[in-house]
Amino acid sequence: MSTTISTMSPTAIKETGMPEAKTTKVTNERPAETVIEEGRTVGIPFSDDPKFKLRDVEVFYGETRAIRNISLDIARNEVIAFIGPSGCGKSTFLRCLNRMNDSIDTCRIKGSLQLDGQDIYDPKRDVVELRARVGMVFQKPNPFPKSIYDNVAYGPRIHGLANRKSDLDDIVENSLRKAGLWNEAKDRLDAMATGMSGGQQQRLCIARAIAVSPEVVLMDEPCSALDPIATARIEELIAELSESYTIVIVTHSMQQAARVSNRTAYFHLGNLVEVNDTSKVFTMPEHELTESYITGRFG
Amino acid sequence: MQTADLLPLVLVLAAVAYGFAYMRSRAVAAPLGGIRNLKALPVYYAARAALWCAIPALIILGAWAAFEGKVIQDMVMASLPPELAPQSEGRASLTLSQISNLAAGKLDPAMVPDGISGAAALLQELREQSSHFKTLLVVLIAVLGGTFAWTRVAPHINARKSVERTLQRLFFVCAAVAILTTIGIVFSVIFETVRFFGKVPMSEFLFGTSWSPQTALRADQIGSEGAFGIIPLFTGTLMISAIALLIAVPVGLLSAVYLSEYASRPVRAVVKPLLEMLAGVPTVVYGFFAALTVAPFIRDLALMLGLEASSQSALAAGLVMGIMIIPFVSSLSDDVINAVPRTLRDGSLALGATQSETMKNVIFPAALPGIMGGILLAASRAIGETMIVVMAAGLAANLTANPLDSVTTVTVQIVTLLTGDQEFDSAKTLAAFALGMMLFIVTLLLNVIALKVVRKYREQYD
Repeated sequence: MSTTISTMSPTAIKETGMPEAKTTKVTNERPAETVIEEGRTVGIPFSDDPKFKLRDVEVFYGETRAIRNISLDIARNEVIAFIGPSGCGKSTFLRCLNRMNDSIDTCRIKGSLQLDGQDIYDPKRDVVELRARVGMVFQKPNPFPKSIYDNVAYGPRIHGLANRKSDLDDIVENSLRKAGLWNEAKDRLDAMATGMSGGQQQRLCIARAIAVSPEVVLMDEPCSALDPIATARIEELIAELSESYTIVIVTHSMQQAARVSNRTAYFHLGNLVEVNDTSKVFTMPEHELTESYITGRFG
Repeated sequence: MQTADLLPLVLVLAAVAYGFAYMRSRAVAAPLGGIRNLKALPVYYAARAALWCAIPALIILGAWAAFEGKVIQDMVMASLPPELAPQSEGRASLTLSQISNLAAGKLDPAMVPDGISGAAALLQELREQSSHFKTLLVVLIAVLGGTFAWTRVAPHINARKSVERTLQRLFFVCAAVAILTTIGIVFSVIFETVRFFGKVPMSEFLFGTSWSPQTALRADQIGSEGAFGIIPLFTGTLMISAIALLIAVPVGLLSAVYLSEYASRPVRAVVKPLLEMLAGVPTVVYGFFAALTVAPFIRDLALMLGLEASSQSALAAGLVMGIMIIPFVSSLSDDVINAVPRTLRDGSLALGATQSETMKNVIFPAALPGIMGGILLAASRAIGETMIVVMAAGLAANLTANPLDSVTTVTVQIVTLLTGDQEFDSAKTLAAFALGMMLFIVTLLLNVIALKVVRKYREQYD
């Protein structure tokens, strides 16, 4: 794994103006943490080489505070999973990363969100360029009611990535190959994408997202509408893609988080409760809420 | 009692039956430990009693109203002495009107033969008897029905089912009324159209290029041969509709895009109802706006440019009609654009497309079938519009492609054919039905196409 994650250090937290965290001893005893302290995350939320550097992020829908003072680094080329009970804010937080919340009138975002050191929410920032770098795959497969080819070619055409038809053909083929869909789709590139099965549609959406060569791929519960076989296919695909992309995946399936991610972040009621190496989160959670969740006591 | 008085009486009786059955069902339920031990809620027992009371009584009332007149008439005519019995249908109706006028006191009894005044007396008497019988019967049936249902309020009887069934039938009857009316209209138009084609050959009607429906009123009249070619009318209709759509489609569509994609919520809440108000302006108001403001303006403008223009023009009518049908396009398009799933929009935006790229490349193609439906609806409306054309485009059936010329349309000709003094069976009057038929077929086709398109749209995402 190319990712380097700093071990938890109280000083790092101090630097970012956060309350000092209690150094947690990793033991097999029942964890002591039971209450959520706002802005307080146990585990390893920071990284030496962050792709995203997110500090004191707060999101409001009107008067409702959906995200409460979250700070997190997302490392380059890692796969990080966001888990948590419904309504805990993990999708909202994900959608801040490519400004998909912009289209919601009542949504306000506070704090500092940086991609490669540049502010995502800078008013001068071109959101088109941002989204070309940070692609997204949604919960429900949402292919456009166009042909398979046109679906994949959509992004490259918008961004002018191909000068010639043959370039575009290459991009389409490569993207479909990377998404593991080429063999199934190569003979019916002109067929309507909406006629494919749910799993194929979702892989098409992944192909569509990677056709614009993004650096990050955000996935919002990409398998929740799929059967177990299609899910397994997508998970394999995520593993392959993790070699070249930073992947942030929101999931309700803890097994999925355990299978595909390097790091797991547990969200609870708009707070980021715990972030740690996936194996650690699922074997030795530090926070009691995390433990309750992964052992199925709620959520 | 008259039918008009009986009707409220029956309703009052039904209300009484409702109240009694309601109280009884509660009374029945009380010893059992509450209404949950009944098969149905008290309101269902009550509703059933009301239906039992009202429906048979109303059916009797309706049947009586339908047959009373005819039966009494036949009885009166049969009572006439043989020397007064009418020989022909015409005489019969004359005699009958004499009798009824006499009975109503509009005619002096001294002016008619004895037999007639005897019949008038009989008519009067029969009418009174009939009225009494009717009142008695209806009230009796209502009371009996209500009482029967009242006695059938019992815990083990499920009134909910029977009320549900009755309501189902009621809904069916309501739907049938609309369908039967349409069928009736179509048939009456078809019969007159067939009669018209008996007088004017169909080929002349469909392919004739000249329209001047002046037929001779008397046999000795000259110079009014009549020409019934609908081509000038249809070209006029098409030209005006085309101009109207040329205005309404772009303006309506773009305002729909603005409303659904760009306008903030408060702006939309104000603008959309305002736009829809355009559809609520009476067409006659549009008509004089077209005739008094737009048409002279267009003529002056054309003259300034050195073009010949009449003071009534297809362009004026088309422009104003275009304004009128904007809301049909914009409102329906707005709805379909909003119906495009949010996930598609998000998918496109997430790929880095701008709002207008998303609109153009994803939402618009996805909504296109629905938008087409709206446009076709607007086209049907434009083709059927009359008032604006009468006032702004004139009555002259010119076969022309010049929008500055005065033209006329199918609907306008129907109006002019049927207003004024006419023989009802002349080719001129019957032509109106043939035109109506043609118009009906054209709009029907448009509607069928619109429905097909909309249906295709529905299949797109599911």
